[in-house]
Amino acid sequence: MAINTDKNSYTVIFAAVMVVIVGTVLAFLASSLSDKIRENERLEKQQNILYAMGINENEGEGAVNFVPTDKVAGEFTKYIKEQLIIEGDKITKDDQAYLIDLKKQATAAKNGETRKLPLFVGDKDGSTFYIIPMRGKGLWDAIWGFVALDANMIVQGVYFDHAGETPGLGANIKQRYFMDDFAGESILSNSRYAGIAVAKGNNDPLNKIKDDNEVDALAGATITGDGVSAMIRESVNLYKDYLETIRVK
Amino acid sequence: MALLSKKDTNLILDPLADNNPITIQVLGICSALAITAELKASVVMAVSVLFVLGIGNVVISLMRNIIPSKIRIIVQLIVVATLVIIVDQVLKAFAYELSKTLSVFVGLIITNCIIMGRFEAFALANGPWRSFLDGIGNSLGYGIILIIVGFFRELLGSGTLFGFPVLGNPITKTGLYATGYENNGFMIIPPAALIVVGIIIWTQRSRNKALIEDN
Repeated sequence: MAINTDKNSYTVIFAAVMVVIVGTVLAFLASSLSDKIRENERLEKQQNILYAMGINENEGEGAVNFVPTDKVAGEFTKYIKEQLIIEGDKITKDDQAYLIDLKKQATAAKNGETRKLPLFVGDKDGSTFYIIPMRGKGLWDAIWGFVALDANMIVQGVYFDHAGETPGLGANIKQRYFMDDFAGESILSNSRYAGIAVAKGNNDPLNKIKDDNEVDALAGATITGDGVSAMIRESVNLYKDYLETIRVK
Repeated sequence: MALLSKKDTNLILDPLADNNPITIQVLGICSALAITAELKASVVMAVSVLFVLGIGNVVISLMRNIIPSKIRIIVQLIVVATLVIIVDQVLKAFAYELSKTLSVFVGLIITNCIIMGRFEAFALANGPWRSFLDGIGNSLGYGIILIIVGFFRELLGSGTLFGFPVLGNPITKTGLYATGYENNGFMIIPPAALIVVGIIIWTQRSRNKALIEDN
């Protein structure tokens, strides 16, 4: 029997059936895979935090190499001594602090609630690292990352990631050659939390000058670079009060 | 007996040159401009499109007799979006590293006009096997142009290929840079892709006069 596919009733029924089928398939898939996906995201966060404080498998120059996923949980408990949640003046310890969703906290802050700020204290070979999570906006979508500071507010390492920056341009913020430049820069400028600017034409492409609060920008990725500058400045300023208490003066 | 008949072979070979989706059909230009600053991104995009277009064409072809013509575009869109989301979710669960690399391409694939273009122009009117070959052929033709453009943009814009410095180091002035050569910053930005694609179209039409439309 030939079906008359031009009839309105057929069109409506087809659309309804299609939506139900597609919706069911996607919902089933999402719920059956969500545990596994969440676990992967959790391990990735641990890898990123460790990466910022220099616990990674990088070799020479080149690619980003994290601690392998099967070892990361152990390394995380070994190197991260404390996970703090800063809520106004109240500081609590919580070993799930790294799972706090920064986006939700930012929304909460907008609604007048006190935001929970997670901070990780790492210890490697006797030196202490304070690792701050960051979140901001790139050109197309969210960017985020972690910055590891020492007690002098000198950056020891960073990790950046993004949801949808342009491949080959803004997406390069997660490349070694960009992230490595941040190490050694101070986030302070005359005791002000100025952050680190991603600057075009700072005439220092090798990044030898470490006290200018600037790193060399990526060609063709101005807005992503500006987003990184803003993200570091804003995130660090949220932690200003706490950082003042630990800073070596 | 040959594996593919002459007609089937042409489904794969035509889009590589004389009926190329980018240079002749002018489909998929947006992604050709956006992601060809690096050779690696070009290759990843080409492989992803190969996968999605191959399967998508078959699915649409199987559904071609039951899709109501009034809403066929949105049905095509749902099919391709569903396919891409399924692949994305499965990769996130079982190959997380790979999914991180591909995540930025997901949106670009769904909105890639080459996919909708081939569904509309071919899969709706042909059987699954021929549609599959058409999908493979067109995505290969698309991939070739992406790789050519990516090759020139990365080489002239950054002096690297697949991230490896092939012309020396532009900052410490070694290799070719010692002679005063500079990277061309223009090649990094999307308009450069338009010019490279333009040159490919020009070359192609000057070699095959049959491609030139009369006015």
